[in-house]
Amino acid sequence: MAEIKYTVADPKGVLTGVHYMDGNHAACEGALAAGCRFVAGYPITPSTEVVERYSARIPMVGGVFIQMEDEIASSICLQGAVWGGLKAMTVTSGPGISLMMEHVGLAACLETPCVFVNVQRGGPSTGLPTLPGQADMQQCRWGSHGDYEVIALAPSTVQESFDFIIDAFNLAEIYRVPVFFQMDECVGHMTEKVVIPEADKIQVVERRYTSKPPGEYLPYKPDPDLVPEMVKCGDGYRFHVTGLTHDERGYPVINAQAQHEMCWRLVNKIDQNAPKIWKYEEDEVEGADVVVLSYGISARVALKGIEMAREKGVKVGRMRLIVVWPFPESRVREIASKVKAIVVPELNIRGQIAREVERTVEGTCKVVRVPHAGGTVHDPGQIYDAIVEAAR
Amino acid sequence: MSVVEKIQENPVEEFLRTDRLPHVWCSGCGIGTTVNCFARAVKECGIPLNDIAVVSGIGCTGRVAGYLKLDSVHTTHGRAIPFATGLHLSNPKLHVVVYSGDGDMVGIGGNHFIHAARRNLDITVILLNNFTYAMTGGQVTPTAPLESIETTTPYGVFEENFNLPHLAASCGAVYVARWTAYHVMQVKKAMVEALNKRGFSFIEILSPCPTIYLRRNRLGSSVDELKFFKDRSVIQHGADTKDVGINIRRPEKIIVGKFVDIDKPDYLTAMNEHLGKVLGDKYVRWGE
Repeated sequence: MAEIKYTVADPKGVLTGVHYMDGNHAACEGALAAGCRFVAGYPITPSTEVVERYSARIPMVGGVFIQMEDEIASSICLQGAVWGGLKAMTVTSGPGISLMMEHVGLAACLETPCVFVNVQRGGPSTGLPTLPGQADMQQCRWGSHGDYEVIALAPSTVQESFDFIIDAFNLAEIYRVPVFFQMDECVGHMTEKVVIPEADKIQVVERRYTSKPPGEYLPYKPDPDLVPEMVKCGDGYRFHVTGLTHDERGYPVINAQAQHEMCWRLVNKIDQNAPKIWKYEEDEVEGADVVVLSYGISARVALKGIEMAREKGVKVGRMRLIVVWPFPESRVREIASKVKAIVVPELNIRGQIAREVERTVEGTCKVVRVPHAGGTVHDPGQIYDAIVEAAR
Repeated sequence: MSVVEKIQENPVEEFLRTDRLPHVWCSGCGIGTTVNCFARAVKECGIPLNDIAVVSGIGCTGRVAGYLKLDSVHTTHGRAIPFATGLHLSNPKLHVVVYSGDGDMVGIGGNHFIHAARRNLDITVILLNNFTYAMTGGQVTPTAPLESIETTTPYGVFEENFNLPHLAASCGAVYVARWTAYHVMQVKKAMVEALNKRGFSFIEILSPCPTIYLRRNRLGSSVDELKFFKDRSVIQHGADTKDVGINIRRPEKIIVGKFVDIDKPDYLTAMNEHLGKVLGDKYVRWGE
């Protein structure tokens, strides 16, 4: 089995220091610190600053930025770069992520470690190019056809745009999945202080390349954690990989048995490792009557509503998802068993994460949706009202 | 004593994934013939096997990658070229070959084809043109000549088709050739040249699809089609690509040959030259 190899960041990509920048620029710096040396992108508001900065920075770091002809091309070009040996990402927003979905499936099927950044805006269709939304949260999990799993993270601050995109790259390498970095327009365009540490304080994960010689190596024979070891083109393995259902050799096998084995492993490799992937932040959950569960910019807006409710004597706890997928089911279930209600504010109408909470708690407590169509953030008063109502 | 004393080893076997044979292609299909040419080209081109990677899209020709014993990737429909773009740029020592069909590469993938040619990416594109989406049963492609009968044009094609050498050349390809599945020696030679050409090299190979295209259009067998290719092909190296279109099913002549072979900086060379000039010593040269 390939050990997970941690190393420190390559200092060439690390802009150590204290900066004042927006979330999109911070995400770019985080990607560079994580070792991302290839970006394929296509312009789309409100994400474009990420690739603009990358295109200015990468010539001095050593790597490639290419502006492709569309998002479809970008989303597979980066996978070519990964199989050529680099860490790679693409960056987009709603309409672009819709176009990329076929290649999210390809990345899941080929087990290509890569990062898709989605700076979410209002939809559907062209929607609100310059204004925020959080309505792509289920899309990132289910948007490509077929059975597979992904990982998704959602930063709430500019600092987190730097910090957690490094996690996104690391998780992509550990589990060989496409990882979504689900920003939103507010986080992308808000400007805050960002502290970028010294390179040797930044932990990055190396690709899990096999040590087996050609002939013994099988591209999709999994390690005990269900993740297979990787090779890259040009190393003499003369391997084959395909987006068709395949066996451990990587060869297409078009039957139910091969489908069963491949798809269950793609799903189980995330399910089985989920507790290691989960990442969330909690405060005052113990003893709370109501817990506000949110993510991204909405979690930050909720802080004000929570503060207002606490001033009125309501016992309110807070759970903020940093890793949204896989969803921390057992922890949410545990909280549900101790509270009256979980309140879920988010910038979408149908409760994309709220329904995951509802599914998870199975009626153990009330789940109160605080929907919003996007275009701006919640009025904290809405969240306050929902908390007070839920605490009754 | 047996007539056959010794079964000779297939000379291209070392380039094939023999554990995947038999292949999916029909008897009489031209794809296998071109794969044979490609294997021989790989043998002759002088490039180490470990430095060649093949990327295919979807369709009958999209299966080529899976039978070649090289680093090989079977991608999504129409998107082999952008995958190859990333693969080439990330690892420029590789000679990246895109091997796919007409529907895949200039139907759904047409946008990528023109942009890769425009960028003069240092990749080789081999397009097998059988005038139909064969894997899905024979629907019309953007290369189908006028009046062709396809399952989605049961009364005949009435829209104009692509002249692929002209498309590639006008978008910036530095090497453009067309041959047919009859011209096995020329196909192999073109492949050797394309593999060693720096920049976007393009070979169109006209190929018989006996099961679908020929049968549905009552054009006879694969042998008839190869004879047709033999009889009607006219070799015109350096022909103006404007004049090489094939827009009727039975043209009087099919112009084949090497139409373009020019030199200009490929994408990576241009990138390194330009950024080196603008940024000076700060620039970290890539892939050299």
